[in-house]
Amino acid sequence: MDTKTIKSESAAITAIIAGHNNNSTDLMDILIDVQERFRFISEEAVGIIAKAISSSISEVEQTLSFYHFLSRTPTGKYTVYLNNSAVAEMMGRDEIAQTFEEEAECEFGTVSEDGNIGLFHTSCIGMNDQEPSAIINQRVFTSLSRKGVIELVHAMKNGVEIDDLPGTGVRSNIIRPGPILTMEAQPAEILKKTVSRKPEDVIAEVRAANLRGRGGAGFLTAMKWQLCRAVKAERRYIFCNADEGEPGTFKDRVILTERPELLFAGMVIAGYAIGAAEGILYLRYEYKYMAEHLEDVLRQMREDGLLGKSAVAKQDFDFDIRIQFGGGSYVCGEESALLESAEGKRGEPRDRPPFPVEKGYLQQPTVVNNVETLCAVAKIMLKGSNWYRALGTVESTGTKLLSISGDCERPGVYEVEWGFNVNDILRMVGAEDVQAVQVSGPSGTCIASSEFNRRLAYEDLSTGGSMIVIGNQRDLLKDIVLNFTDFFISESCGSCVPCRAMTIQYKKKLEKILRGNGVAADIDQMLSWEKVMLVNRCGLGQTAANPILSTIRNFRELYNSRLRKHTDFVSEFDLSAAVRESCKITNRIPGPGGG
Amino acid sequence: MSILITINGREYGAESGQSVLEIATDNGIYIPTLCNYEGIKPQGCCRVCTCLINGRKMTACTTPATDKMVVETNNQDLEWIRSTIIELLFVEGNHFCPACEKSGSCELQALAYRYRMMAPQFPYSFSARDVEPAHGTLLIDHNRCILCKRCVRWRPEPEAPGWFVFVNRGHETRIKFVHERAADFNKSLAQAAMNICPVGAIIRRGKGYDVPIGRRKYDKLPIGSDIETKERS
Amino acid sequence: MNKPLIATTSLAGCFGCHMSIMDLDDRILQLIELIEFNKSPINDIKTLSKECDIGIIEGGCANSDNIRLLKEFRKNCRVLIAVGECAIMGGLPAMRNNSASISECLQEAYIDCVSVQANDEGLIPNDEELPMLLDQVYPCHEIVKIDYFIPGCAPRADLIWDVLTALISGKKMELSYECFKFD
Repeated sequence: MDTKTIKSESAAITAIIAGHNNNSTDLMDILIDVQERFRFISEEAVGIIAKAISSSISEVEQTLSFYHFLSRTPTGKYTVYLNNSAVAEMMGRDEIAQTFEEEAECEFGTVSEDGNIGLFHTSCIGMNDQEPSAIINQRVFTSLSRKGVIELVHAMKNGVEIDDLPGTGVRSNIIRPGPILTMEAQPAEILKKTVSRKPEDVIAEVRAANLRGRGGAGFLTAMKWQLCRAVKAERRYIFCNADEGEPGTFKDRVILTERPELLFAGMVIAGYAIGAAEGILYLRYEYKYMAEHLEDVLRQMREDGLLGKSAVAKQDFDFDIRIQFGGGSYVCGEESALLESAEGKRGEPRDRPPFPVEKGYLQQPTVVNNVETLCAVAKIMLKGSNWYRALGTVESTGTKLLSISGDCERPGVYEVEWGFNVNDILRMVGAEDVQAVQVSGPSGTCIASSEFNRRLAYEDLSTGGSMIVIGNQRDLLKDIVLNFTDFFISESCGSCVPCRAMTIQYKKKLEKILRGNGVAADIDQMLSWEKVMLVNRCGLGQTAANPILSTIRNFRELYNSRLRKHTDFVSEFDLSAAVRESCKITNRIPGPGGG
Repeated sequence: MSILITINGREYGAESGQSVLEIATDNGIYIPTLCNYEGIKPQGCCRVCTCLINGRKMTACTTPATDKMVVETNNQDLEWIRSTIIELLFVEGNHFCPACEKSGSCELQALAYRYRMMAPQFPYSFSARDVEPAHGTLLIDHNRCILCKRCVRWRPEPEAPGWFVFVNRGHETRIKFVHERAADFNKSLAQAAMNICPVGAIIRRGKGYDVPIGRRKYDKLPIGSDIETKERS
Repeated sequence: MNKPLIATTSLAGCFGCHMSIMDLDDRILQLIELIEFNKSPINDIKTLSKECDIGIIEGGCANSDNIRLLKEFRKNCRVLIAVGECAIMGGLPAMRNNSASISECLQEAYIDCVSVQANDEGLIPNDEELPMLLDQVYPCHEIVKIDYFIPGCAPRADLIWDVLTALISGKKMELSYECFKFD
């Protein structure tokens, strides 16, 4: 590279950093911008960034190296991230991956020799209803076919602009809209109604609706708000958790595309209720393609006076919303990891206490709510808690958005009242010959037909909203459980020992059983390790063995049928494989059995 | 504010804000730890100090005590969890004790002794890791690193940034020396870093094997004995 | 009653664990009152001539002959004990596992190493009499089922004594802290 190019590059990087006021808490944004501009973050770039934000190269690297979509080596002019979720594999991902490799003439994990195309695997990108799919330079290509990939790579080889590349974009796939997804009022109306009441009354209304967090944990929303409001502080924050990283979940994608006004209205309401000055939408990087659309909506809201100084024409209510992108990390869906990430750090969950409502973003009281929760809040403010409470069951009020994918005729988003049972849902989505349903993604539970009469409700079968239908034609352990286990291995933040290291032991055991070398004691051992998994710091780590544990509990026969009987010890040592290399060097032929 | 806390069925007075671990230690109750180190901000990475606190499994090093808190530090379940975590660490890295400068004074090894680990229940990974000449005064042997993050959290000067960072994530996480400030690093900091490291991952160059077998930290008495024999207040 | 039969062998080890058995000093006289040695370097009996009660394995498995011998011990010993770090986890020979392939090891040992003097043809030892090296050094319990482990490098003589006398007498043993070491 000549000095001139280097100069113009460093000028561009300096301009990017200046655009973020040389602020170290904006490190994620800076890194993302540099990554997108240069398709990687060079050593020089890291040096410039470190200097500008008064940090060190190592510290910048500390953050940078944590995130999947940030790279220290070039990722190609076109960077292809092909989803490797279990459903993608069910829908023919292997053939697509192979086609990419053949056409681009490079292997996954590498960049083509001319530096044009980079191929990479990535965890679920929230497109399970239209797999196989891939992200190429922030643009999402869905329902990929072999023919489509050939055309796509051909166009990339010809230098076609990203926006002009041939392919199918994201479809919303709302199959069954319900009260939340039905747009009945503009945000202005909802917000005017809200600010005409006292913040305490807003919280009381949400409490009366008995709204519980839709992320999965089911904590009472009003209580979270109340706790946050009660902490004395200069500044409070409301975060919307749009990290939606649980494989098989994509309902937030649909809300963000179809009903962003409702979500932002919900954030304003929450901000008003807790006394926050800023709302931050933490959006997973996989959804970067929505950025422009969402910024447009926010701009419009600002123009309409719904955001900014004296928002909604309410004196002393200064409130605005900004978008914070993640960098590719499942763990950042955990609220305290999300806050760390938003501060420009590694997405490692924090120790609790203190809880985010006491010390959250930048050590200030912070509420983190799910996308769907905030939409429900907006609807509750519009139509009242009585209306809301009439939906669902007594303990689980309202509706639930479900992301349904896998072996069914009509994958997509369904809004149902709490209380629906699994059989009803399977009928609704056109699923027959069902072997299992993975409820709430890999961290949830895999249930067999004997449990299909269970109801979706906090008091029965709780769910964050993902349901993956697994047909009888699938090898549940090999096609699904192994994939999920790999997912947890690659997404562990690495901080807690059991999450980082035990997941690998689980995989080894599962593979041993899949090779037909397992014994009964292996199953007992895997069950006994659950205790150790449960001491991980965050909920994601605690549930990382659930794919194996829940299938051992609900599909024991699938394991038993693969075990070696009448023995308590099987060695997987293979003498002929072990001596292969030394025989080759010495030109010897191993005797029978390798010896 | 003074508080009362019950540990293993006995009541102790303490100050609110103290961690459960500190209170237990002050009162002669040993809770095994690996990632915790006096003077370094706790982070709950190893999970070894997990106790039953008000009926929930929580790490003693990060949990501030509150009035009327009930803690159980030791039962069969907790001990099994601890020893299993130790076994996990032994197979995750490459711990060749007979060839380690820290042997005899290593906290990981000492905990394995305390739990009488014969052979881990997991297969050894023998993962390929580097030995890195990180600085003129310092070696990092990644084979032995248990990612306790002590060195990363260590601040020899409270206001200045630390000397080590974490890079990558998951099982690929590694510690990294902050090379940019290498000129300010010296022998005594290297010695301090080596002392902080619970295992033999951070080694001051030219140092090692200087205490004869039989006189090393954990040769005669199990780790925690100093706490357990402390006079109870 | 016949005295229990014990066989011992060293696989990829340094015989240090056997030195530790010798380190029983005068207790070795008490030991032979209690047991009878079959195949063992201690009495130089080369082959397992009958079924034994206890087999003691020193060293891990680095070559094909180690595997053969270990399997033979498993077949002929009622109780099999892995003694020392090498048998338990591969020990120092296993330091090659995480750093070099077998070709790199041989290349370095016989061709590239500065101390190689008289190998102008660049030969790597190769004879039908020689066992074949394995890709890795394996802990014994990954090859056959191991009943007990005695850690140490080498295990202290006292620990070996305690284990053997406990096994023979059938009494429960206390593992003393000072004897229990990995180095």
